[in-house]
Amino acid sequence: MQRFALIAIPYAWLLALFLIPFVIVFKISLSDIALAIPPYTPTLSDGVGPFFSALDFENFAFLASDDLYWKAYVSSLRIAAISTILTLLVGYPIAYAMARAPEEWRPTLMMLVILPFWTSFLIRVYAWMGILSQEGFLNQFLLWTGLIDAPLTILNTTTAVYIGIVYTYVPFMILPIFAALDRLDGSLIEAAEDLGCSRLQAFWLVTIPLSKNGIIAGSFLVFIPALGEFVIPSLLGGSGTLMIGKVLWEEFFNNRDWPVASAVAVILLLILIIPIVLFQRNQQRQAEEEA
Amino acid sequence: MAETVFAPWDDPNEKPLIRFQNVTKRFGEFVAIDDLTLDIFEKEFFALLGPSGCGKTTMMRMLAGFETVSEGSIELAGQDIAAVPPNKRAVNMMFQSYALFPHLSVYENIAFGLRRGNMPKHDLDARVTEMLKLTRLEKFARRKPHQISGGQRQRVALARSLAKAPKLLLLDEPLGALDAKLRQATQFELMDIQEKTGTTFVIVTHDQEEAMTVASRVAVMDEGRVMQVATPERIYEAPESVYVADFIGDVNIVAGQSTPMGEGRYHISWAEGQQPLVAASDRPFSDGQSCHLAVRPEKIAISAERPADVDNAVQGTVLDIAYLGNLSTYYVELPGGQIIKSQTANTRRISRRSFTWEDTVWVSWTATAGVLLAQ
Repeated sequence: MQRFALIAIPYAWLLALFLIPFVIVFKISLSDIALAIPPYTPTLSDGVGPFFSALDFENFAFLASDDLYWKAYVSSLRIAAISTILTLLVGYPIAYAMARAPEEWRPTLMMLVILPFWTSFLIRVYAWMGILSQEGFLNQFLLWTGLIDAPLTILNTTTAVYIGIVYTYVPFMILPIFAALDRLDGSLIEAAEDLGCSRLQAFWLVTIPLSKNGIIAGSFLVFIPALGEFVIPSLLGGSGTLMIGKVLWEEFFNNRDWPVASAVAVILLLILIIPIVLFQRNQQRQAEEEA
Repeated sequence: MAETVFAPWDDPNEKPLIRFQNVTKRFGEFVAIDDLTLDIFEKEFFALLGPSGCGKTTMMRMLAGFETVSEGSIELAGQDIAAVPPNKRAVNMMFQSYALFPHLSVYENIAFGLRRGNMPKHDLDARVTEMLKLTRLEKFARRKPHQISGGQRQRVALARSLAKAPKLLLLDEPLGALDAKLRQATQFELMDIQEKTGTTFVIVTHDQEEAMTVASRVAVMDEGRVMQVATPERIYEAPESVYVADFIGDVNIVAGQSTPMGEGRYHISWAEGQQPLVAASDRPFSDGQSCHLAVRPEKIAISAERPADVDNAVQGTVLDIAYLGNLSTYYVELPGGQIIKSQTANTRRISRRSFTWEDTVWVSWTATAGVLLAQ
């Protein structure tokens, strides 16, 4: 009985804060737009029979007919995938250096990775606007060094979105990879070298495979939120960057078309379920291996 | 049939496989290896024995190439190996933790080193199969390291380090993680494999029994120096210093002053009002030189009456008895307070034991039973 009460807490949490909201969003996605409060019909005040008969998949058909939406999905997937690879390329060396650093430095280095979270995420993205704009610090610095003659246009391009996503999510990549590398027994590398590997071969054949779980975990932790990212593309990406998070926001707040916005959100969630399930399976397998 | 004794170290024409020449290794201020010179010969099973921190592991890591030499040189088959990186040395190591690759099967672990050379697939398979057979692991080829027992893992580690047929195999406390019974069996297995493959083995251990069992020669180390290099019998029977005598096995040490009596015999005065002890020694001692007489407990007899015709007999009282099952060690306190350990085999049931606590007994030994040591 006591055990049941204990597991009831997380299930109640999931029910109240995930499943019920999802059912509401899904219901709205099946509704029609209306000039009313709330801005959709039907509601339960119409009676149960008419309520269910009024629901349909019209909005999903609309999403399929307008190519803006699937282009936004594809573009989001591409941006999320490329950002994940870039984050891995930046994060892996940092995690590797941290794991190889002297024992007494590691808490400090770990602190430095986590430190940005102490400042508001929005403020940090705004700070990037100051760095990347035409008159920003980066352009001024490059002009001062003489590397460029005219300021580069970085802000309001996809490049700025990549920079923003990599910057924001790199700690999520570093931490699981660091955890994997930190556990790695140094004598395995020595054994590989002893058996004829060069340093680089030992890295490829031993270090990378043994940090694979960290790489997978980190990649999902970056890819999943990056796919639905709204703040970074809207602040740094400008009008040229097409991402589904931005489309969603515009449907909700500019068009006030809640049913279509909800349909967009439902599709996004369905797309995300695939990597989330893969991530869960990776975590589970890792836990089993350690047991 | 006369058997040729394997003793290349006694043959001046024999070229050593490994030659440490005045090797010193420092870690900052700390001297791990202190001006060490040592030859190891081909096909030897050489044991580095010493307490932890004596530098034995450092020596092994220098041979493997994981540590550089601060001064002096190490030669392998006549070639200075200072500049050769670990992956280019014809030396393989079996790690104390085994360091098996957890993501690879037993087969792939053994094949790992072979895959680094461009060995044809057929030869590689044959070699791995041979190694699996040698270490009786055929049934486990497809398992991952975490799916096999500790003893099997130990054999995988051995097979992996032998697969490339190295000139020299280094074993770092290879049996440390095994329980006592399995360790004994594995010791004989190691000797067997060493003989079959003809590889030179250098083993690092802190377990003197293990070193004595497996090794053709043992180097006893202390604080970065080699105290004595000799065969296990000589290390035990003819230690060159009190340290070695004390480190290997159990020993009685009696300190005193020597008086030469001629013909290699010495009188040792060791306590006020006691008859001097008689000891034979090949090494010369001068008159009045301070010396230590080391006698193994099993070479000391214990009796109720003073035995006739022995060189040394001293009376004392039984202070303690350590019953070890097959053996008993009697701790006999002599009048001066010196304690002499005498070990006897328990050929009779314990209830029939001749002596008990507080009994007055005689301990006796011959002049040749002990070793006379200067330091």
